[in-house]
Amino acid sequence: MKTPNRRDIGFGFGLVLAAAILLPATHARADDVEVHIDNFVFQPAELKIKVGTTVTWTNRDDIPHTVVSAGKFRSKTLDTDDKFSFTFTNAGDYKYFCSLHPHMTGMIKVE
Amino acid sequence: MSGHDHGHDGVSRRKVLECMTWAGTGVLWTVTGGVPRSLGIIDSAQAATAAAPGMSFLQISDSHVGFDKPANPNALGTLEEAINKINAMPAKPSFMIHTGDITHLSKAAEFDNAERIISQSKLDVHYVPGEHDFLDEEVKFYRERYGRGTKGAGWYSFDAGGVHFIGLVNVVDLKAGGLGNLGAEQLAWLEDDLRGKSKSTPIVLFAHIPVWTVYPEWGWGTEDGGRALEYVKGFGSVTVLNGHIHQVMQKVEGNVTFHTARSTAFPQPAPGAARSPGPMKVEDAKLRAMLGVASINFKQNEQRLAIIDTPLQG
Ligand SMILES: [Cu+2]
Repeated sequence: MKTPNRRDIGFGFGLVLAAAILLPATHARADDVEVHIDNFVFQPAELKIKVGTTVTWTNRDDIPHTVVSAGKFRSKTLDTDDKFSFTFTNAGDYKYFCSLHPHMTGMIKVE
Repeated sequence: MSGHDHGHDGVSRRKVLECMTWAGTGVLWTVTGGVPRSLGIIDSAQAATAAAPGMSFLQISDSHVGFDKPANPNALGTLEEAINKINAMPAKPSFMIHTGDITHLSKAAEFDNAERIISQSKLDVHYVPGEHDFLDEEVKFYRERYGRGTKGAGWYSFDAGGVHFIGLVNVVDLKAGGLGNLGAEQLAWLEDDLRGKSKSTPIVLFAHIPVWTVYPEWGWGTEDGGRALEYVKGFGSVTVLNGHIHQVMQKVEGNVTFHTARSTAFPQPAPGAARSPGPMKVEDAKLRAMLGVASINFKQNEQRLAIIDTPLQG
């Protein structure tokens, strides 16, 4: 768990409840992976994963971003701290980018 | 400040910079002898008197209504400050252009709030969308509100004060790894729109993302912008205006002048000066000096790309 942010102070019950709901989901598979968007960069920019892995992108910028792989997946606009997850069920190379800032690109290699 | 002659070659760079140090909220342009000239920021008395004889118009940009992060927790408030300054101008400009990113997340309430504040200027406003205005799933809020009578994703042209104005959209169909994009359909329309126009007609092109290449590493440019510039190159006077990069930049290339406006919401770093083009956090006391738009004096013989970095308050 992250350190509780200011919004959570005074909402101990909500926090515990949220943790109870979130923990099983985020720890469902040991090999599920995360990509962070920081400073207009996908980190890590390239990932090698196994078929069946779920990748979760989190936008940690003050500016909204998207995660788009043409014909494969497309997130909604991710505001600050919003997340998008996609489970890769087929092997292959998935190039993706941010449709708002197309110079931001990344790659998921699924084997 | 009165008595400065911005066109005079003898004016030292320092003096010119002083002329640009008024805090301001929009660029005021005037058309004299068929050539648009930026006069200064709108709350300067000099700009007001100089504006009186000819047609003048105003540019504001990147209001990002809905943005509430530390760089500026109240983007709606600073937009309102900008509009209040416009309302305080002694001489009203003929109209205003807004070069996009009216809202931050394309929410209906953000468009409503922006409209409520901007309409207080009682000026006609000609918009082009920024990428932040096209974030709703069906991309309909911008178009329903501002897209009437426009073509494609929202491009159009109109004439005012002897000048032909062309609003372009370069924020759709962006390709991975690429820059802003106009697309074949819009370029064909542009070529057609200019066909038969006298070469002496002054042209003002405006779009959200710079049509010229400012800094490709941050996506600050338009992939097929060169095509658009080819079409306008033969005209005697061409002014290309944009927003998106939240800072003042100017470049003069032959008869074409490029000018980038400030944001009314938050500043962004100079190209390469930070790890990303994200909002720049500055002390509260300094924020307003980095918003609005400063004026730049045209120097027709300067070919270099000028990054104007001046304190606007004081
Ligand atoms: Cu923008």
